[in-house]
Amino acid sequence: MQNERQPLLTLSKLTKIYGSLIANDSIDLDVYTGSIHAVLGENGAGKSTLMKLAYGVVKPDAGEIFWKGQKINYWKTTVARGLGIGMVFQHFSLFETLSVVENIALTIKGSQKDLIDHIRKIGADYQLEIDPTAMVNSLSVGQRQRVEIIRCLMQDLKLLILDEPTSVLPPQHVRALFDALRKLQNNGVAILYISHKLEEIRELCDTATILRDGKVTGKVNPNETSTQELATLMIGRSIPKVERKVSDHKSKNAILNVTNLNIKNPDPFGTDLKNLNLSVFGGEIVGIAGVSGNGQQELGRIISGEDLNGDLNLSTIEMFGQPVTRKGVIERRDLGFCFVPEERLGRGVVPSMSLSKNSLLTAFKKGMLKNGFIQDDVVDKYTDTCITEFSVKSSGNGATANSLSGGNLQKFLVGRELLLEPKLLFLSQPTWGVDVGSANEIRQKLISLRDNGIGILVISEELEELFEITDRMYVLRSGRISTSMQTNEVSPDEIGEYMIGEEREDASNALAV
Amino acid sequence: MTPLEFFLAGTMSAATVFLLAALGELVAEKSGMLNLGVEGMMAISAAVGFVVTYQTGSHLIGFIVAGAAGIGISMIFAIVSITFLANQVATGLAVGILGLGLSALIGKNYESFTVTAPASIQIPVLSDIPLVGPVLFQQNIVVYLTIVMAILISFCLNKTRLGLAIRACGENPKAAESLSYSVFKIRYGAVAFGGLMAGFAGAYASTIYTPLWADGMIAGRGWIAVALVVFGTWKTGRIFLGAYLFGMVSLGELVVQSFGLAVPSQLLTAMPFIVTIVVLAIISSDRARLRLHAPYSLGETYDGSEPQ
Repeated sequence: MQNERQPLLTLSKLTKIYGSLIANDSIDLDVYTGSIHAVLGENGAGKSTLMKLAYGVVKPDAGEIFWKGQKINYWKTTVARGLGIGMVFQHFSLFETLSVVENIALTIKGSQKDLIDHIRKIGADYQLEIDPTAMVNSLSVGQRQRVEIIRCLMQDLKLLILDEPTSVLPPQHVRALFDALRKLQNNGVAILYISHKLEEIRELCDTATILRDGKVTGKVNPNETSTQELATLMIGRSIPKVERKVSDHKSKNAILNVTNLNIKNPDPFGTDLKNLNLSVFGGEIVGIAGVSGNGQQELGRIISGEDLNGDLNLSTIEMFGQPVTRKGVIERRDLGFCFVPEERLGRGVVPSMSLSKNSLLTAFKKGMLKNGFIQDDVVDKYTDTCITEFSVKSSGNGATANSLSGGNLQKFLVGRELLLEPKLLFLSQPTWGVDVGSANEIRQKLISLRDNGIGILVISEELEELFEITDRMYVLRSGRISTSMQTNEVSPDEIGEYMIGEEREDASNALAV
Repeated sequence: MTPLEFFLAGTMSAATVFLLAALGELVAEKSGMLNLGVEGMMAISAAVGFVVTYQTGSHLIGFIVAGAAGIGISMIFAIVSITFLANQVATGLAVGILGLGLSALIGKNYESFTVTAPASIQIPVLSDIPLVGPVLFQQNIVVYLTIVMAILISFCLNKTRLGLAIRACGENPKAAESLSYSVFKIRYGAVAFGGLMAGFAGAYASTIYTPLWADGMIAGRGWIAVALVVFGTWKTGRIFLGAYLFGMVSLGELVVQSFGLAVPSQLLTAMPFIVTIVVLAIISSDRARLRLHAPYSLGETYDGSEPQ
């Protein structure tokens, strides 16, 4: 039926090459009015590149683009927007120091007053309420996404492209977003929905194009396709399951204790940490759930020792029963603490240095120095061990860190830290941007470490991941932490309640003022 | 004129030099371009403006040519730092030094020559009010036009789409580009505007404020203008106040002398710079304020390459 109609947008044999990487290899895609079309693929499959081609942000190296059957020769963002295409980026294109209405005025013509009325009207129609005069920097990530969607809706919208829109939302807000998208669909808007989440796509979309390694591997109706089949098309095999039993080696005393942590953030766009308490015991994996930007970064730097706050009580942070509040990174590492930050390039490794040199950065106490001189053979051996034990795909220990893919670099980083034999391990977004296979290997490794009595703290945005590996969970929002919850006793919805609770409080406070 | 009237009137005149240059730099910085060559742009325009005014006898032509010279030299900065992606700080300093050198060359045969400053405007009735009259209503037309300019720039930056686009480029050039604004064009335009205003500031300094040519006559005023933008935390109103404050401080020497106080004149000459350092240190210590008002991508080159 559908194929007899004219597609709204047709991408034909699109190819995009970045250096030696073929990001998109001769991709065909048809989008029809009133359809929610999923583009499914794992990290690095080329989804985002394809959408940037569709929106005219980047130019294809080969291939053609048609709009209602007409070939468009000069495909640019201006042309795409003029035809009625809107895009909500994964990393938003909003300006923090401008207000909501000013941000919208950058693309939509009209007087300030008209724009404000229009924003309110759309907010009411689609349940996407937002204060038009609020400064963007005061908004939560979910609210910013709402602004981006509203901005698209204010033009004469024919096609809306969304790039991983639910990665920043708690479960309850995902439902609200889906409702808004279905309403748009009924109003005759086509939607291109990029995601790597199978369940979501099965719930929302009527067509799915699946990408793997830059190629189309399938075109299916997700409602009639099982999760396993989708997974096979996406990663070439079924999604591996992490195996795990409930922890039974929990240590008697906590090996990490944070008590009444209060920090005023000097950055006005940062988050203050308020009266935060948490503990980690040996032999358990503890997760901190929550949307990024709620104090994760600040808490991470305090626990790692990168930020030493002189105003804190001496006993605010304790590791293995010792106060470490005033101790720096190296002193904490000496106690048996290891740390994998969320920014791999720049904070985890020096991008332009070889893997060997990057090993040296944290493992230099493993006999790598003699009278201050680097023992290259020891460094190389350590690095080689890391590469083989953690199956890091690279050209060897001399490969520069930035030549590795996200997944392999993360495996290297985790490996480098694990070979130090930590007793307490702290990871931030351990599988962010990592392919499914590597993510699974990393998670399995963490569980076997836990079984050996190591205490692990994980900050992650991915709820599924936390439910898969943790024993206990906290939720961090607006710099406050929830009470500790046993993972097998809570549901994702309950965690979601904690994730949005604060926003409601803020809203009612604002009304009270 | 009483000494007080003379002092206050002089403040307005002195402040105009700072304000013109600082307004231009404000627009450039709002678009993300940190142009440290203001001193040199002012110097070369002062020389060109003086020579042209001396030869033609017309201040208007002097201003026009000086403004063009300001734009011209600012384009060297723009080409090197926007098109060829060189570091803005290094490029700005180099262009500034070039400007100072060229100004000495252009003005070489005019050393110590003078031109006549144009007569001040006498606004009827108002200029006869004691104290207020001579201070506010007997100034050169450029003083008034500069104030009008400040209001226009403030309006443009805050209330118009062009202003939003300029601020967007300084805040997040990548995002601005994805909304199909040309960061390249906007930054070129903003730098050219900065050059034009620095040119007017130079011409005002050499043909109206002190209507004579002497090598090195800009004497650090360009640097104070750059500092004023930070001092005013990129807000037009505060920059305006800052310019008048510095105008006053720069006249301190005259005041002290007229009261016969025994303060070394070198100290007084250095006063504006000492005040600049103190003020900048205080403002820079307030990270929150800087983060809220400073253009986030100030001084960063934007290569416009396709995002991966």
